[in-house]
Amino acid sequence: MTQAAGRSGPVAWMALPALVVFIVFGVVPLFGVLFLSFTQWDGLGPINPAGLSNWRSVLSDPGLPHTIWVTFEIMILSWAVQTPISLLLGTFLAGRQRYRGFLAVLFFIPLLLSSAAIAITYKALLDPNFGLGAGLKIGFLTQDWLGRENLALGVVVFVVSWQFIPFHSLIYQGGVRQIPTSMYEAASIDGAGRVRQFFSITVPQLKYTIITSSTLMVVGSLTFFDLIFVLTAGGPGDATRVLALDMYKRGFQANLMGPASVIAVLLVLIGLALALLLRRLGGSATASQQEGA
Amino acid sequence: MTTSRRSFLGLVGGGALAAGLAACGTSGPQSSGSSTGGAAAGSGASYWFLTGQPQQAIREAQVKRFNDANSGTQIKHTEFQNDAFKQKIKTAIGAGQGPTLIWGWGGGGLKSYVDANQVEDLTSWFGENATLKDSIFPSAFGAATVGGKIYAMPVETTTPIVLFYDKRSFEKIGAEPPKSWGDIMDLVPKFNGAGIAPFSLGGQSRWTNMMWLEFLFDRIGGAEVFQNIFDGKPNSWSDPSALKALDEMQKLIKANGFIKGFSSITADSNADQALLFTGKAAMMLHGAWTYGNMKASGGDFVTGGHLGYMNFPPVDGGKGDPSDTVGNPGQYLSISSKATDGEKETAKKFLANNTLDDASVDAWVKSGNIAVAKSSKDKLSSITDKNDSEWLNFVYDTSANAKNFAQSWDQALSPTQAETLLDNIAKLFQLSISPQQFADSMNAVIGK
Repeated sequence: MTQAAGRSGPVAWMALPALVVFIVFGVVPLFGVLFLSFTQWDGLGPINPAGLSNWRSVLSDPGLPHTIWVTFEIMILSWAVQTPISLLLGTFLAGRQRYRGFLAVLFFIPLLLSSAAIAITYKALLDPNFGLGAGLKIGFLTQDWLGRENLALGVVVFVVSWQFIPFHSLIYQGGVRQIPTSMYEAASIDGAGRVRQFFSITVPQLKYTIITSSTLMVVGSLTFFDLIFVLTAGGPGDATRVLALDMYKRGFQANLMGPASVIAVLLVLIGLALALLLRRLGGSATASQQEGA
Repeated sequence: MTTSRRSFLGLVGGGALAAGLAACGTSGPQSSGSSTGGAAAGSGASYWFLTGQPQQAIREAQVKRFNDANSGTQIKHTEFQNDAFKQKIKTAIGAGQGPTLIWGWGGGGLKSYVDANQVEDLTSWFGENATLKDSIFPSAFGAATVGGKIYAMPVETTTPIVLFYDKRSFEKIGAEPPKSWGDIMDLVPKFNGAGIAPFSLGGQSRWTNMMWLEFLFDRIGGAEVFQNIFDGKPNSWSDPSALKALDEMQKLIKANGFIKGFSSITADSNADQALLFTGKAAMMLHGAWTYGNMKASGGDFVTGGHLGYMNFPPVDGGKGDPSDTVGNPGQYLSISSKATDGEKETAKKFLANNTLDDASVDAWVKSGNIAVAKSSKDKLSSITDKNDSEWLNFVYDTSANAKNFAQSWDQALSPTQAETLLDNIAKLFQLSISPQQFADSMNAVIGK
């Protein structure tokens, strides 16, 4: 056995289980959905070919641009809220002080809760008649949080951020800890203060961490479903109806599997495009640039 | 089914959406039942139904009575919350994993099962069991019939939608309950002035808003307005009466007729009922099935005689018959055509012996509901509680005297039309579309 064969052989075998899982649960359903998008099916009866009619009806649906806009609005807003907070929190938690370790444990609690539980809890807290504001008689908390279009969107962004900031803080904490302390020592000798060090060393060194975390946020936000479904059900009206929710409503409530599959294909395409774009932004080198690369 | 379903000249209509809406605390699917079915070698049956008291306990007792009496063939049941059930059952049936006994609301949903050959034709079985068939309100069979054949047995209760009100709130502002739509509009500023919301509404559930339109369409334009829509006549949503009804609806919303934040309140949590019995709202249009929960959760609201109720009042100059009501003609049990012969036999035995037997009818009436069995009337006299007795007689009379008892729109229409309808109703209540836009979007899906 040559050295090359000895190296790649076992390694390729080790990838097999993951590959099988990916093909069975990732690739096959993907083609299934693509196939269904050209058919007419109510989920019960026979599947009939429908040509391009689903695509035509979904793409000409006046509600679609709004749904896509809401999806991107939530994506961009939740990215813009989460990134700075996670970055600062992650940097803070990267310190080795004991109280920071204690705080870290508290900050990570939202990670332990399921989206549905979080949504039900917030729905109860924000209820205009029986919620926190009404109970404690605090005027500004007694808004119709989930009943007004802009407020509801804001609440969704807030709850999403509340849920996921701990996760991204964890990523940033790890990233910051990887930065060699020698760089900070050199900077202090050069007279750079805390703020200067943060912007000139921490942030540039975290470039790939930021890209990883942003990719997770952006692509992940395309699949927000459970939280929004329980919290607002896409309402009021269609103010928080994102693509994933639209897909569900068409497929499982209106029994239109064909148009729902069109939305699913659109989601896949948008997700792929965004992931590629973010990879581009980061350049092709995925290896660490640390140690002064 | 097409004509008979709509012309419920007889009695009764159903408490359909009902069941799970009274859902209090129970969540998630809960499985129980004694045998796993394995021992019975395929002759046991499975049954999925909804959580929510008092209906849940009555269904559990029915299964238990059956299992106690038939040690060889057991029924295994699984419980779901209302909204979760609607999707779960559809998906499971499509995947060939559905239960033997399929619980549902009849109408458009049942038709989609029939079209896919998923449910047994029970016509001949009812022919053999004529006494059983005759013991059920004839009007309840409308929504169980597709193309002249019966595919489901009407079980459980008949609950029209009624206008509930809190007598205390009316005393507070010194007003009388409304006798017309004009009275309603006049009451709105009075209640708002007194710091009481005129109407409670769980608007996030969407079908709650729909009940308003069902009545306004009927009272303004008569029963034929929705009948035309149901029959698939082109452009029937833009009938002048329909547009007027939609316009009146938006007038009430603009006048702050509904509780603040109604569009984020869900009916599944019973928050809309809580608003009424805590005195935060004066009136509520809701299904008769809410009575049980208001009695159980509302303190002395029901027992102290503070709950008032009436049929929806007429609209001045409207064409509809003031006795008309809407709701669902009953809940329905179908048998899966994919089940084994043994399972089907078990299911039929359960239908015949345990769904509308004396113990069940008794339990339904005691819980404040009129069962779909004719024997319900005989049970009324045995109710000693004054409030319960008055209520049950009111429900019975409303159902029995209705010139037209229309099935809830979202159940009567196909799932595709129903979803578009609910979607547009939410927007109409949000004032983000006009009556004309509503009619245009709905006309586009007529007959689909």
